[in-house]
Amino acid sequence: MTDHALHSKAFHEAIEEDLLIGSRCLVCGNISVPQRQICPNCHSDQMERIQMNGIGTLATFTVIYVPPTSMADAGYNAKNPYCVGIVALQEGPRISAQIVGLDLSDPATIKIGMPLKQTFVVRGEGESAKKFLAFEPA
Amino acid sequence: MAKKLSRGVAVVGVGMSKFGVFPEKTSRDLFVEAFQELRQSVQKGFDPRDIEAFYMGNFTSDCFENQAHLAPIMASWVGISPVESTRIEDACASGGVALRQGVLAIASGEADVVLVGGLEKMTDLPGAKVTDALALAADSLFEIPAGFTFPGFYAAMATAYLDRYQADPDALLRVGIKNHENGGLNEKAQFNQSIKDVMISKQRKAAQKGLPIPEWADEMAFLKDPKANPMIAWPLRLFDCSPVSDGAAAVLLVSEEMAAKFTDEPIFVVGSGQASDGALAERASLSEVPAAAKASKHAYEMAGLTPDDIDFAEVHDCFTIAEIMAIEDLGFFPRGEGWKAAMNGQTARDGSHPINTSGGLKSKGHPVGASGVGQVVEVWKQMHGLAGERQLRGNLRHALTHNVGGTGQTCVVHIFEKRN
Repeated sequence: MTDHALHSKAFHEAIEEDLLIGSRCLVCGNISVPQRQICPNCHSDQMERIQMNGIGTLATFTVIYVPPTSMADAGYNAKNPYCVGIVALQEGPRISAQIVGLDLSDPATIKIGMPLKQTFVVRGEGESAKKFLAFEPA
Repeated sequence: MAKKLSRGVAVVGVGMSKFGVFPEKTSRDLFVEAFQELRQSVQKGFDPRDIEAFYMGNFTSDCFENQAHLAPIMASWVGISPVESTRIEDACASGGVALRQGVLAIASGEADVVLVGGLEKMTDLPGAKVTDALALAADSLFEIPAGFTFPGFYAAMATAYLDRYQADPDALLRVGIKNHENGGLNEKAQFNQSIKDVMISKQRKAAQKGLPIPEWADEMAFLKDPKANPMIAWPLRLFDCSPVSDGAAAVLLVSEEMAAKFTDEPIFVVGSGQASDGALAERASLSEVPAAAKASKHAYEMAGLTPDDIDFAEVHDCFTIAEIMAIEDLGFFPRGEGWKAAMNGQTARDGSHPINTSGGLKSKGHPVGASGVGQVVEVWKQMHGLAGERQLRGNLRHALTHNVGGTGQTCVVHIFEKRN
């Protein structure tokens, strides 16, 4: 039952609608984020698209002072760094995302395990504006 | 259980260019340099016409030099056309995977004499474009949009590691100090300087410019000075990162039965393993690299050896935290103990487990496609007593090389044996 809802572009299409999606295997129940067409646990292709509840905890993080071009274009630099992390979602899987709403002046004060909730950020302006998944303190 | 190679494979010669920044050279010049050194290293000489296959590790000459389809070009430039020539791309593990393909070509019986090369010419692009090119090794749909960079990935792994084991972050700096100490004794290294030498040269430069001369109590004070060693991706600073480099390396492999025609002192490839993984976020643990553990387990089983049998190793220290995770993934130290080994000198040249005597990627340089092949050059030099001031003492019988692509999406491990 591979259909468009599980295609790899569907994740970012859902983000445009403020939704974080994944997939659940109808055979073994394994949940994947981003969504998969083949279950990485039991190799079944009986997969359904699900909406994640957007709640999680911080599994790890870094604060980036030397950004790639895309983030530099969004206004980040050594004096205006950003936090990126890996978030453990309540349903189990982990996902990489920007973490916003934190005081970055001393990264040592940011704690692994802190509760987070999903949000969405727009980077770029005008026609190049694009929405991205992010998390913020819950 | 991993099977033994169906036929023995020997290394009979090695060569490398100097690693560094060479605006006057292209990748062709660098590979010719490595190949010429390889020719001189083969004790009884060899005829390039005997080469039957050529595997070339290269990450992205497409981005760095606007040149794809590199293998036949390099074959032509060292005069071995029409030999079958194949470029291998597995990000920063390209060189190690090319080596494995060469080993398998000989073990299979398809070839008796194989040239393995590794190559990257990175410094023609401006820094931001290099960062973008390297980012191609990550998941462009689900990791890069989050804002990750490669220093960022390894920084996140460092954060997870330091938190999990409540480790002292000074251990990261110790890795850098040790590898620069070794690289300072390697004339092929990009940073042929200890951290102390770096401090002195910064003071000299300030004096020449008539600026106030900076003072640091010791190397640790220097490395903790945000002006001297700025934060790149917390908790990793500039000196936690391997540099952007140009360089090439080459290894000549032959079947075991032919080795004596080339040299009386071959070294044998007795173990080879490779494994893959998904994106960093998908892994059960963020403070280790499962594919490295899996690849090394395979290589140890093939060799019939254990981590305790390994006399020294060249590991993929693209960032200082990577070396600490590697020495655990490879079984040299238990989980959570690698940082202590880095702190107490166990990985130094006179320690129980010498790691990266060449200076590692950190100090020797990291021309990505060349790194996995360059590691074999150090194994050869140490095993033949050719490592000069950084030469290890004692009879070196077994060595290991560990080469990682991305954050561990590809890992490849080789074990070498000297028999005489």
